[in-house]
Amino acid sequence: MRAVITVLGKDMVGILAKVSTKCAEYDVNVIEVTQSILQDLFAMIMMVDISKSSVPFDELVDSLKAMGEEMGMTVHVMHEDIFNSMHRI
Amino acid sequence: MLNSHDILETINMIDNEHLDVRTITMGISLLDCLDPDMDKACDKVYDKICRYAGDLVKTGEQISKDYGIPIINKRISVTPIAMVAAACPGKNPVAFAKALDRAANTTGVNFIGGYSALVHKGFGPGDYALIESIPEALAETNLVCSSVNIGSTKAGINMDAVEKMGKVIHQAAELTKDRECIGAAKLVVFCNAPEDNPFMAGAFHGPGEPDCVINVGVSGPGVVRAALAKAENHDITQIADLIKKTAFKITRMGQLVAQEASRRLSVPFGIIDLSLAPTPAVGDSVAYILEEMGLESCGAHGTTAALALLNDAVKKGGVMASSHVGGLSGAFIPVSEDAGMIKAARNGCLTLNKLEAMTAVCSVGLDMIVIPGDTTPEIISAIIADEAAIGMVNSKTTAVRVIPAIGKKPGEEIDFGGLLGYGPIMEVNRSSPLKFIQRGGRIPAPLQSLKN
Repeated sequence: MRAVITVLGKDMVGILAKVSTKCAEYDVNVIEVTQSILQDLFAMIMMVDISKSSVPFDELVDSLKAMGEEMGMTVHVMHEDIFNSMHRI
Repeated sequence: MLNSHDILETINMIDNEHLDVRTITMGISLLDCLDPDMDKACDKVYDKICRYAGDLVKTGEQISKDYGIPIINKRISVTPIAMVAAACPGKNPVAFAKALDRAANTTGVNFIGGYSALVHKGFGPGDYALIESIPEALAETNLVCSSVNIGSTKAGINMDAVEKMGKVIHQAAELTKDRECIGAAKLVVFCNAPEDNPFMAGAFHGPGEPDCVINVGVSGPGVVRAALAKAENHDITQIADLIKKTAFKITRMGQLVAQEASRRLSVPFGIIDLSLAPTPAVGDSVAYILEEMGLESCGAHGTTAALALLNDAVKKGGVMASSHVGGLSGAFIPVSEDAGMIKAARNGCLTLNKLEAMTAVCSVGLDMIVIPGDTTPEIISAIIADEAAIGMVNSKTTAVRVIPAIGKKPGEEIDFGGLLGYGPIMEVNRSSPLKFIQRGGRIPAPLQSLKN
């Protein structure tokens, strides 16, 4: 099962490092990362494999969200199916 | 890899444009709960609902968390209680309303619908008893919603029921006058009521439905409006295309949630209702979509045309996104639940007459309209008759949910709180339709019904 982690906010040093460290902590494998700047807003999108995750999905969501709040960023962790169904026929 | 633009678009829709799944509604048949002993029947009703819907709220919350999509309401619809109450002649069916209310509290759902009767061609004894008991049932329960179908394209309009419902609505408001007349806000009078509608207050589980089913209502006026805001220079054809594409995306999300809910609860998937359902939150308004198209205010001349375009494009976009579409499917125009409608009604631009015209081209009817408390029952009946005629002739669903604000006058406001919203009291035409309404009988089915 794959999920998409998005991090939105003001750019700063160490965002990628922090998020990927957290992922490693939970045995969540990062498959792909893209970063872009949208109207002064930093946006990082990570595709991750959560099939071997050591914690249930909702716990992963809560933990990454809480970390995002500490950094002043908005973090979303969502199942990839939602994007596939909305944007692909 | 998914396109990052698509991912950010979805997240923006959820964070800033109020994209959500409005409701997961579980339809439950109560036909196997019939019992001439009313206490036993009520116990069976309560037990069956709790057994089937015990995990509904938990599952809805879990799906919401897993997919990151807000699911606002979890609801239950049941077989019209008039059918169940018919097995207990001479008893007051309010006991069933109380059983439904208890079941709704136990399962933790937001609303339970189905305190209903289908009387488009005439009353059975169970139907009449149920309709008589509606004001009391709505006053003595919190989560129960009621609906009555008084007409259809196939059967015509039951004018005896129309006359009765004017009184029932008035009484429902009167009995709850200390609570903002909330009783009338939980009561809908339909023509051509759909049997699989997941939206309240009109949801019931029709007799043609399976034992148990999951229906999902999507939402998303804010998303459509935001898409139109970026389309300053589009012509109307392009506007329609843009709405279709947006509706497609919204519906696909609903379809995913519906399939997942159906799988997790082991209950068959029924339909997706493709409705644009507004909330009182600013930015989540159908009226603002119409204004975004270029009207100064909702209610201006041109509103009906804009709404017709919107309603049609939503269906065209949504229908391909879902395997089964049903319910009401269109744009809702509930006045008190839509920030733009409230504004337009307050400044006098949106009137009852214009709303009536709009109901000919949108998915439901006169919805959540607060009228003066001294409006006579026969005027309410006549409002119902007009709406039902529009539905009957156009082979579409129409409904009336008006709230007589007891003790209040035009210019004053009423606040229901929550999703039901707030709104100004709108003036009605005071000329008397008394004799017309008192004649009774049945308006014959129109020529459109003879399709065979």
